[in-house]
Amino acid sequence: MSIASQSATVLDQQAGRQTAQSQSRPFYWSVRRELWEHRSIYMAPLIVAGLVLFGFLIRIAHLPEVVRKAEHASPIEQTLKIAAPFGIGTFAIVGVALIVGFFYCLGALYNERRDRSILFWKSLPVSNITTVLSKTFVPLVILPVTVFSVAIVTQLIMLGMGSAALSANGMSPATLWTHWPMLRMALILAYLLVVVVLWYAPICGWLLLVSSWAKSKAILWAVLPALGLCLAEKIAFDTSRLFSLVDYRLNGWMSEALYYRKGMDVSDQLAMLTPAHFFSSPGLWAGLVVAAALLAGAIWFRRNREPI
Amino acid sequence: MACIEAHGLRKTFGTTVALDGVDLKIEEGRILGLIGPNGAGKSTLLNAALGLIPFQGDLKVLGQDPWTARDHLMRDVCFIADVAVLPRWMRVWQALDYVAGIHPRFDRAKAEAFLARTQIKRTSKVRELSKGMVTQLHLALVMAIDAKLLVLDEPTLGLDLLYRKQFYDTLLNDYFDHSRTIVVTTHQVEEIQQILTDMMFINHGRIVLNCSMEDFETRYTELNVRPENVAGARALGPINERQVLGRSIMLFDRADREKLASFGEVRTPSIADLFVAMMTEKTGQGAAA
Repeated sequence: MSIASQSATVLDQQAGRQTAQSQSRPFYWSVRRELWEHRSIYMAPLIVAGLVLFGFLIRIAHLPEVVRKAEHASPIEQTLKIAAPFGIGTFAIVGVALIVGFFYCLGALYNERRDRSILFWKSLPVSNITTVLSKTFVPLVILPVTVFSVAIVTQLIMLGMGSAALSANGMSPATLWTHWPMLRMALILAYLLVVVVLWYAPICGWLLLVSSWAKSKAILWAVLPALGLCLAEKIAFDTSRLFSLVDYRLNGWMSEALYYRKGMDVSDQLAMLTPAHFFSSPGLWAGLVVAAALLAGAIWFRRNREPI
Repeated sequence: MACIEAHGLRKTFGTTVALDGVDLKIEEGRILGLIGPNGAGKSTLLNAALGLIPFQGDLKVLGQDPWTARDHLMRDVCFIADVAVLPRWMRVWQALDYVAGIHPRFDRAKAEAFLARTQIKRTSKVRELSKGMVTQLHLALVMAIDAKLLVLDEPTLGLDLLYRKQFYDTLLNDYFDHSRTIVVTTHQVEEIQQILTDMMFINHGRIVLNCSMEDFETRYTELNVRPENVAGARALGPINERQVLGRSIMLFDRADREKLASFGEVRTPSIADLFVAMMTEKTGQGAAA
Protein backbone atom coordinates (compact mmCIF):
# COMPACT_ATOMS: atom_id res chain seq x y z
CA MET A 1 0.00 0.00 0.00
CA SER A 2 1.37 3.40 -0.94
CA ILE A 3 1.85 6.09 1.66
CA ALA A 4 -0.77 8.27 -0.01
CA SER A 5 -3.43 5.59 0.04
CA GLN A 6 -2.43 4.65 3.57
CA SER A 7 -2.96 8.16 4.83
CA ALA A 8 -6.23 8.32 2.89
CA THR A 9 -7.40 5.22 4.74
CA VAL A 10 -6.36 6.72 8.04
CA LEU A 11 -8.28 9.89 7.23
CA ASP A 12 -11.31 7.82 6.24
CA GLN A 13 -11.09 5.93 9.48
CA GLN A 14 -10.86 9.12 11.49
CA ALA A 15 -13.82 10.63 9.68
CA GLY A 16 -15.77 7.44 10.24
CA ARG A 17 -14.87 7.51 13.89
CA GLN A 18 -16.04 11.07 14.35
CA THR A 19 -19.44 10.50 12.75
CA ALA A 20 -19.68 7.26 14.66
CA GLN A 21 -19.23 9.01 17.96
CA SER A 22 -21.96 11.51 17.22
CA GLN A 23 -24.37 8.77 16.17
CA SER A 24 -23.95 6.06 18.75
CA ARG A 25 -24.93 6.72 22.33
CA PRO A 26 -23.67 3.75 24.33
CA PHE A 27 -24.46 5.16 27.76
CA TYR A 28 -28.00 6.20 26.93
CA TRP A 29 -28.81 2.86 25.33
CA SER A 30 -27.12 0.92 28.11
CA VAL A 31 -29.44 2.59 30.60
CA ARG A 32 -32.47 1.97 28.36
CA ARG A 33 -31.51 -1.68 28.16
CA GLU A 34 -31.34 -1.90 31.98
CA LEU A 35 -34.86 -0.54 32.22
CA TRP A 36 -36.09 -3.05 29.63
CA GLU A 37 -34.62 -5.87 31.64
CA HIS A 38 -35.55 -4.58 35.10
CA ARG A 39 -39.08 -3.30 34.83
CA SER A 40 -39.36 -3.58 38.62
CA ILE A 41 -37.36 -0.33 38.81
CA TYR A 42 -40.53 1.55 38.01
CA MET A 43 -43.19 -1.15 38.36
CA ALA A 44 -42.57 -1.79 42.07
CA PRO A 45 -42.96 1.87 43.17
CA LEU A 46 -46.02 2.19 40.92
CA ILE A 47 -47.65 -0.92 42.41
CA VAL A 48 -47.00 0.30 45.95
CA ALA A 49 -48.40 3.70 45.00
CA GLY A 50 -51.50 1.94 43.69
CA LEU A 51 -51.89 0.08 46.99
CA VAL A 52 -51.41 3.29 48.96
CA LEU A 53 -54.07 5.04 46.89
CA PHE A 54 -56.40 2.08 47.25
CA GLY A 55 -55.99 2.15 51.02
CA PHE A 56 -56.51 5.90 51.09
CA LEU A 57 -59.69 5.52 49.03
CA ILE A 58 -61.15 3.35 51.81
CA ARG A 59 -59.90 5.68 54.51
CA ILE A 60 -61.57 8.66 52.84
CA ALA A 61 -64.90 7.47 54.21
CA HIS A 62 -63.61 8.28 57.71
CA LEU A 63 -61.58 11.34 56.77
CA PRO A 64 -64.16 14.00 57.74
CA GLU A 65 -64.56 12.24 61.09
CA VAL A 66 -60.78 12.06 61.65
CA VAL A 67 -60.38 15.75 60.86
CA ARG A 68 -63.32 16.69 63.09
CA LYS A 69 -61.95 14.70 66.04
CA ALA A 70 -58.45 16.10 65.55
CA GLU A 71 -59.72 19.67 65.87
CA HIS A 72 -59.59 19.36 69.64
CA ALA A 73 -56.15 17.77 69.79
CA SER A 74 -52.80 19.57 70.03
CA PRO A 75 -51.28 20.80 66.74
CA ILE A 76 -48.69 18.02 66.74
CA GLU A 77 -51.28 15.32 67.26
CA GLN A 78 -53.42 16.93 64.59
CA THR A 79 -50.59 16.76 62.08
CA LEU A 80 -49.75 13.18 63.07
CA LYS A 81 -53.35 12.05 62.64
CA ILE A 82 -54.08 13.84 59.40
CA ALA A 83 -50.72 13.48 57.70
CA ALA A 84 -50.11 9.85 58.71
CA PRO A 85 -51.31 8.23 55.44
CA PHE A 86 -49.14 10.62 53.44
CA GLY A 87 -46.05 9.82 55.47
CA ILE A 88 -46.68 6.08 55.55
CA GLY A 89 -47.43 5.99 51.82
CA THR A 90 -44.25 7.83 50.93
CA PHE A 91 -42.24 5.67 53.32
CA ALA A 92 -43.61 2.53 51.65
CA ILE A 93 -42.67 3.75 48.17
CA VAL A 94 -39.14 4.62 49.29
CA GLY A 95 -38.87 1.32 51.18
CA VAL A 96 -39.78 -0.84 48.21
CA ALA A 97 -37.37 1.13 46.05
CA LEU A 98 -34.55 0.32 48.50
CA ILE A 99 -35.38 -3.38 48.24
CA VAL A 100 -35.58 -3.21 44.46
CA GLY A 101 -32.28 -1.34 44.36
CA PHE A 102 -30.62 -3.94 46.59
CA PHE A 103 -31.58 -6.83 44.35
CA TYR A 104 -30.90 -4.87 41.20
CA CYS A 105 -27.30 -4.23 42.26
CA LEU A 106 -26.76 -7.84 43.29
CA GLY A 107 -27.92 -9.13 39.92
CA ALA A 108 -26.56 -6.39 37.68
CA LEU A 109 -23.19 -7.95 36.86
CA TYR A 110 -23.99 -11.47 38.01
CA ASN A 111 -26.97 -12.46 35.87
CA GLU A 112 -25.26 -11.58 32.60
CA ARG A 113 -22.43 -13.98 33.45
CA ARG A 114 -24.86 -16.66 34.56
CA ASP A 115 -26.98 -16.65 31.41
CA ARG A 116 -23.85 -16.10 29.28
CA SER A 117 -25.41 -13.03 27.68
CA ILE A 118 -22.21 -11.23 28.71
CA LEU A 119 -20.73 -12.77 25.54
CA PHE A 120 -23.32 -10.88 23.53
CA TRP A 121 -22.84 -7.59 25.41
CA LYS A 122 -19.08 -7.88 25.07
CA SER A 123 -19.37 -8.50 21.34
CA LEU A 124 -20.58 -4.93 20.98
CA PRO A 125 -18.55 -1.72 21.14
CA VAL A 126 -19.50 -0.76 24.69
CA SER A 127 -16.69 -0.41 27.22
CA ASN A 128 -16.73 -2.04 30.64
CA ILE A 129 -16.64 1.42 32.19
CA THR A 130 -19.76 2.50 30.33
CA THR A 131 -21.49 -0.74 31.27
CA VAL A 132 -20.71 -0.56 34.98
CA LEU A 133 -21.46 3.16 35.17
CA SER A 134 -24.82 2.66 33.46
CA LYS A 135 -25.58 -0.06 35.98
CA THR A 136 -24.63 2.35 38.78
CA PHE A 137 -26.70 5.12 37.25
CA VAL A 138 -29.88 3.06 37.53
CA PRO A 139 -30.01 2.68 41.34
CA LEU A 140 -28.36 6.02 42.11
CA VAL A 141 -30.22 8.26 39.68
CA ILE A 142 -33.09 6.57 37.84
CA LEU A 143 -34.51 4.86 40.91
CA PRO A 144 -34.60 7.95 43.22
CA VAL A 145 -36.00 10.14 40.43
CA THR A 146 -38.69 7.53 39.85
CA VAL A 147 -39.43 7.32 43.56
CA PHE A 148 -39.66 11.10 43.80
CA SER A 149 -42.03 11.42 40.85
CA VAL A 150 -44.24 8.53 41.93
CA ALA A 151 -44.38 9.70 45.55
CA ILE A 152 -45.21 13.32 44.64
CA VAL A 153 -47.92 12.31 42.18
CA THR A 154 -49.35 9.91 44.77
CA GLN A 155 -49.40 12.65 47.40
CA LEU A 156 -51.11 15.05 44.99
CA ILE A 157 -53.77 12.47 44.15
CA MET A 158 -54.30 11.82 47.86
CA LEU A 159 -54.63 15.55 48.54
CA GLY A 160 -57.07 15.85 45.65
CA MET A 161 -59.17 12.92 46.84
CA GLY A 162 -59.08 14.14 50.46
CA SER A 163 -60.01 17.69 49.49
CA ALA A 164 -62.95 16.42 47.47
CA ALA A 165 -64.14 14.27 50.37
CA LEU A 166 -63.88 17.15 52.86
CA SER A 167 -65.63 19.61 50.53
CA ALA A 168 -68.43 17.12 49.94
CA ASN A 169 -68.95 17.08 53.71
CA GLY A 170 -69.03 20.85 53.89
CA MET A 171 -65.58 21.11 55.46
CA SER A 172 -62.62 23.16 54.33
CA PRO A 173 -59.98 21.18 52.45
CA ALA A 174 -57.38 23.69 53.66
CA THR A 175 -56.83 21.61 56.85
CA LEU A 176 -55.32 18.88 54.72
CA TRP A 177 -52.97 21.25 52.89
CA THR A 178 -51.77 22.93 56.08
CA HIS A 179 -50.97 19.60 57.70
CA TRP A 180 -49.30 18.26 54.56
CA PRO A 181 -47.63 21.33 53.03
CA MET A 182 -46.99 19.88 49.59
CA LEU A 183 -44.16 22.07 48.37
CA ARG A 184 -42.23 21.79 51.60
CA MET A 185 -42.77 18.04 51.74
CA ALA A 186 -41.51 17.70 48.16
CA LEU A 187 -38.40 19.62 49.13
CA ILE A 188 -37.84 17.40 52.19
CA LEU A 189 -38.34 14.23 50.14
CA ALA A 190 -35.89 15.45 47.49
CA TYR A 191 -33.34 16.26 50.20
CA LEU A 192 -33.73 12.92 51.92
CA LEU A 193 -33.45 11.04 48.63
CA VAL A 194 -30.21 12.85 47.80
CA VAL A 195 -28.93 12.12 51.31
CA VAL A 196 -29.80 8.42 51.16
CA VAL A 197 -28.37 8.00 47.65
CA LEU A 198 -25.05 9.61 48.57
CA TRP A 199 -24.88 7.85 51.93
CA TYR A 200 -25.68 4.43 50.47
CA ALA A 201 -23.42 4.83 47.40
CA PRO A 202 -20.69 2.63 48.98
CA ILE A 203 -23.30 -0.05 49.73
CA CYS A 204 -24.34 0.11 46.09
CA GLY A 205 -20.67 -0.12 45.10
CA TRP A 206 -20.15 -3.12 47.36
CA LEU A 207 -23.17 -4.95 45.96
CA LEU A 208 -22.03 -4.27 42.39
CA LEU A 209 -18.55 -5.51 43.24
CA VAL A 210 -19.90 -8.74 44.71
CA SER A 211 -22.19 -9.03 41.71
CA SER A 212 -19.25 -8.71 39.33
CA TRP A 213 -17.11 -11.16 41.23
CA ALA A 214 -19.24 -13.89 42.86
CA LYS A 215 -19.43 -17.22 41.08
CA SER A 216 -22.59 -18.20 42.95
CA LYS A 217 -24.82 -17.09 45.83
CA ALA A 218 -24.12 -13.39 45.41
CA ILE A 219 -26.51 -12.49 48.21
CA LEU A 220 -24.59 -14.53 50.77
CA TRP A 221 -21.29 -13.02 49.68
CA ALA A 222 -22.82 -9.59 49.97
CA VAL A 223 -24.11 -9.97 53.51
CA LEU A 224 -22.27 -12.73 55.37
CA PRO A 225 -18.67 -11.43 55.32
CA ALA A 226 -19.65 -8.25 57.18
CA LEU A 227 -21.71 -10.26 59.64
CA GLY A 228 -18.94 -12.80 60.13
CA LEU A 229 -16.27 -10.16 60.68
CA CYS A 230 -18.42 -8.38 63.28
CA LEU A 231 -18.92 -11.67 65.06
CA ALA A 232 -15.22 -12.55 64.91
CA GLU A 233 -14.28 -9.17 66.32
CA LYS A 234 -16.76 -9.58 69.14
CA ILE A 235 -15.36 -12.99 70.02
CA ALA A 236 -11.69 -12.08 69.59
CA PHE A 237 -11.57 -8.66 71.25
CA ASP A 238 -14.99 -8.30 72.81
CA THR A 239 -15.32 -5.00 70.95
CA SER A 240 -17.85 -4.01 68.33
CA ARG A 241 -16.08 -1.37 66.26
CA LEU A 242 -16.93 -3.08 62.97
CA PHE A 243 -20.51 -3.37 64.02
CA SER A 244 -20.68 0.34 64.78
CA LEU A 245 -19.14 1.01 61.38
CA VAL A 246 -21.83 -1.06 59.65
CA ASP A 247 -24.50 0.51 61.80
CA TYR A 248 -23.16 3.99 60.99
CA ARG A 249 -23.29 3.24 57.28
CA LEU A 250 -26.85 1.94 57.51
CA ASN A 251 -28.31 4.55 59.88
CA GLY A 252 -25.74 7.31 60.22
CA TRP A 253 -27.34 9.52 57.57
CA MET A 254 -30.20 10.28 59.95
CA SER A 255 -27.98 11.90 62.54
CA GLU A 256 -25.83 13.60 59.89
CA ALA A 257 -28.63 15.00 57.74
CA LEU A 258 -31.38 15.64 60.28
CA TYR A 259 -31.57 17.40 63.61
CA TYR A 260 -34.19 16.90 66.25
CA ARG A 261 -34.23 17.89 69.86
CA LYS A 262 -37.04 17.31 72.31
CA GLY A 263 -39.42 20.19 72.59
CA MET A 264 -38.42 21.54 69.20
CA ASP A 265 -41.07 23.28 67.14
CA VAL A 266 -41.82 20.54 64.64
CA SER A 267 -44.24 22.65 62.64
CA ASP A 268 -41.22 24.07 60.85
CA GLN A 269 -39.98 20.83 59.30
CA LEU A 270 -37.32 22.54 57.23
CA ALA A 271 -35.51 23.57 60.42
CA MET A 272 -34.84 19.88 61.04
CA LEU A 273 -32.74 19.52 57.90
CA THR A 274 -29.03 20.09 58.27
CA PRO A 275 -27.60 20.03 54.75
CA ALA A 276 -24.51 22.02 55.72
CA HIS A 277 -23.68 19.50 58.41
CA PHE A 278 -24.39 16.57 56.12
CA PHE A 279 -22.31 17.80 53.22
CA SER A 280 -19.37 18.53 55.47
CA SER A 281 -19.49 15.22 57.32
CA PRO A 282 -16.37 13.07 56.83
CA GLY A 283 -18.61 10.00 56.82
CA LEU A 284 -20.19 11.14 53.57
CA TRP A 285 -16.95 11.84 51.74
CA ALA A 286 -15.17 8.77 53.04
CA GLY A 287 -18.15 6.75 51.85
CA LEU A 288 -17.97 8.28 48.38
CA VAL A 289 -14.26 7.52 48.10
CA VAL A 290 -14.93 3.92 49.10
CA ALA A 291 -17.79 3.78 46.59
CA ALA A 292 -15.48 4.95 43.80
CA ALA A 293 -12.89 2.31 44.75
CA LEU A 294 -15.52 -0.44 44.83
CA LEU A 295 -16.84 0.61 41.43
CA ALA A 296 -13.33 0.56 40.01
CA GLY A 297 -13.10 -3.00 41.33
CA ALA A 298 -16.39 -3.89 39.69
CA ILE A 299 -15.13 -2.53 36.36
CA TRP A 300 -11.97 -4.59 36.71
CA PHE A 301 -13.97 -7.75 37.35
CA ARG A 302 -16.39 -6.96 34.51
CA ARG A 303 -13.36 -7.02 32.25
CA ASN A 304 -11.74 -10.14 33.69
CA ARG A 305 -14.53 -12.45 34.75
CA GLU A 306 -15.91 -15.03 32.39
CA PRO A 307 -19.36 -16.57 32.10
CA ILE A 308 -20.20 -18.95 34.95
CA MET B 1 -2.37 -5.68 7.30
CA ALA B 2 -3.17 -9.16 8.54
CA CYS B 3 -6.56 -9.53 10.12
CA ILE B 4 -5.30 -11.59 13.04
CA GLU B 5 -1.65 -12.00 13.86
CA ALA B 6 -0.18 -13.85 16.82
CA HIS B 7 3.35 -14.59 17.97
CA GLY B 8 4.05 -16.88 20.88
CA LEU B 9 0.50 -16.60 22.13
CA ARG B 10 0.11 -18.39 25.46
CA LYS B 11 -2.73 -18.81 27.87
CA THR B 12 -2.83 -20.91 31.00
CA PHE B 13 -5.64 -21.58 33.42
CA GLY B 14 -3.95 -22.58 36.64
CA THR B 15 -1.72 -25.48 35.63
CA THR B 16 -3.66 -26.22 32.45
CA VAL B 17 -2.01 -24.90 29.32
CA ALA B 18 -4.76 -23.86 26.93
CA LEU B 19 -2.59 -22.14 24.34
CA ASP B 20 1.01 -23.20 24.09
CA GLY B 21 2.86 -20.68 21.97
CA VAL B 22 0.61 -20.12 19.00
CA ASP B 23 1.95 -18.31 15.93
CA LEU B 24 -0.50 -17.47 13.23
CA LYS B 25 -1.38 -14.97 10.58
CA ILE B 26 -4.83 -14.77 9.09
CA GLU B 27 -5.05 -12.55 6.04
CA GLU B 28 -7.98 -10.40 5.13
CA GLY B 29 -10.72 -11.86 2.94
CA ARG B 30 -10.32 -15.47 4.05
CA ILE B 31 -12.80 -17.91 5.51
CA LEU B 32 -10.87 -19.92 8.04
CA GLY B 33 -12.09 -23.08 9.68
CA LEU B 34 -10.55 -23.58 13.09
CA ILE B 35 -10.80 -27.27 13.83
CA GLY B 36 -9.82 -29.24 16.88
CA PRO B 37 -11.13 -31.65 19.50
CA ASN B 38 -12.89 -30.44 22.62
CA GLY B 39 -10.47 -28.70 24.93
CA ALA B 40 -7.91 -28.16 22.17
CA GLY B 41 -7.83 -24.41 22.75
CA LYS B 42 -10.12 -23.20 19.94
CA SER B 43 -12.41 -21.18 22.13
CA THR B 44 -9.51 -19.87 24.18
CA LEU B 45 -7.86 -18.64 21.00
CA LEU B 46 -11.06 -16.95 19.85
CA ASN B 47 -11.75 -15.49 23.29
CA ALA B 48 -8.27 -14.01 23.36
CA ALA B 49 -8.78 -12.55 19.88
CA LEU B 50 -12.09 -11.04 21.00
CA GLY B 51 -10.65 -9.37 24.07
CA LEU B 52 -12.59 -11.58 26.46
CA ILE B 53 -9.55 -12.98 28.26
CA PRO B 54 -6.04 -11.73 28.95
CA PHE B 55 -3.13 -13.62 27.39
CA GLN B 56 0.64 -13.74 27.19
CA GLY B 57 2.57 -13.09 24.03
CA ASP B 58 1.72 -11.02 21.02
CA LEU B 59 -1.74 -10.82 19.52
CA LYS B 60 -3.07 -8.18 17.19
CA VAL B 61 -6.53 -8.15 15.66
CA LEU B 62 -6.95 -5.57 12.90
CA GLY B 63 -3.78 -4.04 14.22
CA GLN B 64 -5.09 -3.57 17.76
CA ASP B 65 -4.52 -5.35 21.05
CA PRO B 66 -7.87 -6.99 21.76
CA TRP B 67 -7.39 -7.01 25.53
CA THR B 68 -6.77 -3.30 25.93
CA ALA B 69 -8.96 -2.06 23.08
CA ARG B 70 -11.91 -4.46 23.09
CA ASP B 71 -14.68 -1.88 22.95
CA HIS B 72 -13.01 -0.05 20.12
CA LEU B 73 -12.17 -3.21 18.24
CA MET B 74 -15.76 -4.42 18.44
CA ARG B 75 -16.81 -1.76 15.96
CA ASP B 76 -15.06 -3.84 13.32
CA VAL B 77 -15.53 -7.30 14.74
CA CYS B 78 -18.70 -9.34 15.12
CA PHE B 79 -19.03 -12.43 17.18
CA ILE B 80 -21.55 -15.23 17.51
CA ALA B 81 -20.79 -17.66 20.32
CA ASP B 82 -22.47 -21.02 20.61
CA VAL B 83 -26.11 -20.12 20.06
CA ALA B 84 -27.80 -19.10 23.25
CA VAL B 85 -26.07 -15.90 24.30
CA LEU B 86 -28.78 -13.46 23.30
CA PRO B 87 -30.38 -12.33 26.57
CA ARG B 88 -33.54 -14.34 27.04
CA TRP B 89 -35.58 -11.46 28.42
CA MET B 90 -34.99 -9.25 25.41
CA ARG B 91 -37.65 -8.64 22.80
CA VAL B 92 -36.75 -8.65 19.12
CA TRP B 93 -37.49 -4.94 18.67
CA GLN B 94 -35.40 -4.16 21.73
CA ALA B 95 -32.45 -6.03 20.29
CA LEU B 96 -32.78 -4.03 17.07
CA ASP B 97 -33.16 -0.71 18.92
CA TYR B 98 -30.24 -1.46 21.20
CA VAL B 99 -27.75 -2.49 18.54
CA ALA B 100 -28.88 0.40 16.34
CA GLY B 101 -28.35 2.74 19.28
CA ILE B 102 -24.87 1.65 20.24
CA HIS B 103 -23.29 0.37 17.02
CA PRO B 104 -22.08 3.00 14.58
CA ARG B 105 -21.93 0.52 11.70
CA PHE B 106 -25.33 -1.10 12.10
CA ASP B 107 -27.73 -0.91 9.16
CA ARG B 108 -31.14 -1.40 10.67
CA ALA B 109 -32.96 -1.72 7.33
CA LYS B 110 -30.72 -4.63 6.43
CA ALA B 111 -31.50 -6.45 9.68
CA GLU B 112 -35.23 -5.81 9.23
CA ALA B 113 -35.10 -7.12 5.68
CA PHE B 114 -33.42 -10.28 6.84
CA LEU B 115 -35.90 -10.78 9.68
CA ALA B 116 -38.79 -10.29 7.25
CA ARG B 117 -37.69 -13.52 5.57
CA THR B 118 -38.09 -15.44 8.83
CA GLN B 119 -41.01 -16.32 11.09
CA ILE B 120 -39.65 -14.12 13.89
CA LYS B 121 -42.13 -11.62 15.31
CA ARG B 122 -40.92 -8.20 16.38
CA THR B 123 -42.66 -8.45 19.76
CA SER B 124 -41.41 -11.93 20.71
CA LYS B 125 -39.01 -12.40 23.56
CA VAL B 126 -35.84 -14.33 22.84
CA ARG B 127 -36.95 -16.98 25.35
CA GLU B 128 -40.05 -17.61 23.23
CA LEU B 129 -38.06 -18.29 20.06
CA SER B 130 -36.79 -21.70 19.01
CA LYS B 131 -33.05 -22.28 19.03
CA GLY B 132 -32.97 -21.95 15.26
CA MET B 133 -34.83 -18.67 15.37
CA VAL B 134 -32.49 -17.24 18.03
CA THR B 135 -29.60 -17.99 15.70
CA GLN B 136 -31.45 -16.36 12.81
CA LEU B 137 -32.02 -13.28 14.95
CA HIS B 138 -28.37 -13.14 15.98
CA LEU B 139 -27.31 -13.61 12.37
CA ALA B 140 -29.68 -10.81 11.31
CA LEU B 141 -28.06 -8.47 13.84
CA VAL B 142 -24.54 -9.45 12.88
CA MET B 143 -25.03 -9.35 9.13
CA ALA B 144 -26.37 -5.81 9.34
CA ILE B 145 -23.10 -4.68 10.88
CA ASP B 146 -20.47 -3.60 8.42
CA ALA B 147 -17.62 -5.43 10.14
CA LYS B 148 -14.22 -6.51 8.93
CA LEU B 149 -14.01 -9.71 10.95
CA LEU B 150 -16.73 -12.14 11.88
CA VAL B 151 -15.97 -14.78 14.50
CA LEU B 152 -18.27 -17.76 14.81
CA ASP B 153 -17.74 -20.14 17.69
CA GLU B 154 -19.88 -23.22 17.13
CA PRO B 155 -22.62 -21.02 15.67
CA THR B 156 -24.85 -23.89 14.64
CA LEU B 157 -24.51 -26.12 17.70
CA GLY B 158 -27.76 -27.90 18.39
CA LEU B 159 -29.50 -26.70 15.27
CA ASP B 160 -31.19 -29.03 12.83
CA LEU B 161 -29.79 -29.59 9.36
CA LEU B 162 -32.12 -27.11 7.63
CA TYR B 163 -31.14 -24.23 9.88
CA ARG B 164 -27.46 -25.14 9.63
CA LYS B 165 -27.55 -25.16 5.86
CA GLN B 166 -29.49 -21.92 5.73
CA PHE B 167 -27.07 -20.33 8.17
CA TYR B 168 -24.01 -20.95 6.04
CA ASP B 169 -25.80 -20.23 2.76
CA THR B 170 -26.93 -16.85 4.05
CA LEU B 171 -23.50 -16.11 5.36
CA LEU B 172 -21.86 -16.89 2.07
CA ASN B 173 -24.41 -15.32 -0.27
CA ASP B 174 -25.49 -12.23 1.65
CA TYR B 175 -22.55 -11.40 3.83
CA PHE B 176 -19.18 -12.55 2.68
CA ASP B 177 -17.20 -10.46 0.29
CA HIS B 178 -13.47 -10.41 -0.12
CA SER B 179 -12.86 -7.51 2.20
CA ARG B 180 -14.27 -9.44 5.12
CA THR B 181 -12.72 -12.24 7.09
CA ILE B 182 -14.61 -15.05 8.75
CA VAL B 183 -13.20 -17.38 11.39
CA VAL B 184 -15.40 -20.30 12.27
CA THR B 185 -15.13 -23.26 14.62
CA THR B 186 -17.47 -26.19 14.38
CA HIS B 187 -17.62 -29.91 14.93
CA GLN B 188 -19.68 -30.32 11.79
CA VAL B 189 -16.57 -29.97 9.66
CA GLU B 190 -17.97 -31.69 6.60
CA GLU B 191 -20.69 -29.06 6.32
CA ILE B 192 -18.32 -26.15 5.99
CA GLN B 193 -15.58 -27.77 3.95
CA GLN B 194 -17.03 -26.30 0.76
CA ILE B 195 -17.06 -22.73 2.01
CA LEU B 196 -13.61 -22.54 3.60
CA THR B 197 -10.61 -20.92 1.95
CA ASP B 198 -8.26 -21.94 4.77
CA MET B 199 -8.15 -24.42 7.56
CA MET B 200 -6.29 -24.74 10.78
CA PHE B 201 -6.05 -27.75 13.07
CA ILE B 202 -5.39 -27.06 16.69
CA ASN B 203 -4.64 -29.60 19.39
CA HIS B 204 -3.25 -29.35 22.90
CA GLY B 205 -2.98 -25.61 22.50
CA ARG B 206 -0.79 -25.81 19.42
CA ILE B 207 -1.46 -25.36 15.76
CA VAL B 208 -0.79 -28.69 14.10
CA LEU B 209 -1.81 -27.81 10.58
CA ASN B 210 -2.38 -24.52 8.84
CA CYS B 211 -3.00 -24.46 5.13
CA SER B 212 -5.20 -23.08 2.41
CA MET B 213 -7.79 -25.34 0.85
CA GLU B 214 -5.83 -25.40 -2.42
CA ASP B 215 -2.78 -26.63 -0.55
CA PHE B 216 -4.89 -29.14 1.31
CA GLU B 217 -6.22 -30.52 -1.94
CA THR B 218 -2.84 -30.89 -3.57
CA ARG B 219 -1.04 -32.09 -0.49
CA TYR B 220 -3.29 -34.82 0.86
CA THR B 221 -4.48 -37.83 -1.02
CA GLU B 222 -6.80 -40.58 0.05
CA LEU B 223 -6.27 -43.98 -1.48
CA ASN B 224 -8.86 -46.73 -1.52
CA VAL B 225 -6.39 -49.58 -1.86
CA ARG B 226 -7.14 -52.68 -3.88
CA PRO B 227 -6.62 -55.67 -1.54
CA GLU B 228 -3.68 -57.07 -3.48
CA ASN B 229 -1.77 -53.75 -3.23
CA VAL B 230 -2.03 -53.17 0.53
CA ALA B 231 1.55 -54.07 1.32
CA GLY B 232 2.90 -51.97 -1.55
CA ALA B 233 0.84 -48.97 -0.56
CA ARG B 234 1.89 -49.26 3.08
CA ALA B 235 5.49 -49.11 1.96
CA LEU B 236 4.86 -45.57 0.72
CA GLY B 237 4.24 -44.46 4.31
CA PRO B 238 0.60 -43.42 4.70
CA ILE B 239 -0.07 -41.16 7.67
CA ASN B 240 -3.20 -43.12 8.47
CA GLU B 241 -4.91 -46.32 7.55
CA ARG B 242 -8.47 -47.38 8.30
CA GLN B 243 -10.73 -50.21 7.26
CA VAL B 244 -14.03 -49.52 5.53
CA LEU B 245 -16.18 -52.44 4.37
CA GLY B 246 -13.17 -54.67 4.42
CA ARG B 247 -11.00 -52.38 2.31
CA SER B 248 -8.06 -50.35 3.43
CA ILE B 249 -8.27 -46.62 3.06
CA MET B 250 -4.94 -44.85 3.41
CA LEU B 251 -4.16 -41.22 3.74
CA PHE B 252 -1.00 -39.81 2.22
CA ASP B 253 0.78 -36.55 2.77
CA ARG B 254 2.65 -35.15 -0.23
CA ALA B 255 2.58 -38.37 -2.15
CA ASP B 256 2.80 -38.80 -5.89
CA ARG B 257 -0.81 -39.16 -7.05
CA GLU B 258 0.10 -40.91 -10.29
CA LYS B 259 1.97 -43.55 -8.39
CA LEU B 260 -0.81 -43.98 -5.83
CA ALA B 261 -3.39 -44.36 -8.60
CA SER B 262 -1.75 -47.61 -9.61
CA PHE B 263 -2.63 -49.06 -6.18
CA GLY B 264 -6.32 -48.15 -6.19
CA GLU B 265 -8.79 -45.25 -6.39
CA VAL B 266 -7.41 -41.86 -5.48
CA ARG B 267 -9.38 -38.87 -4.21
CA THR B 268 -9.11 -35.78 -2.04
CA PRO B 269 -9.90 -36.67 1.56
CA SER B 270 -12.52 -34.86 3.57
CA ILE B 271 -11.26 -32.52 6.27
CA ALA B 272 -13.02 -34.76 8.76
CA ASP B 273 -10.98 -37.78 7.70
CA LEU B 274 -7.73 -35.88 7.81
CA PHE B 275 -8.74 -34.49 11.18
CA VAL B 276 -9.44 -37.92 12.61
CA ALA B 277 -6.19 -39.21 11.13
CA MET B 278 -4.10 -36.45 12.62
CA MET B 279 -5.77 -36.46 16.01
CA THR B 280 -5.48 -40.22 16.49
CA GLU B 281 -1.94 -40.25 15.22
CA LYS B 282 0.79 -41.06 17.71
CA THR B 283 2.38 -37.98 19.18
CA GLY B 284 5.72 -37.02 17.74
CA GLN B 285 4.89 -38.18 14.24
CA GLY B 286 4.11 -34.56 13.31
CA ALA B 287 2.45 -34.71 9.94
CA ALA B 288 2.41 -30.95 9.82
CA ALA B 289 6.13 -30.69 10.33
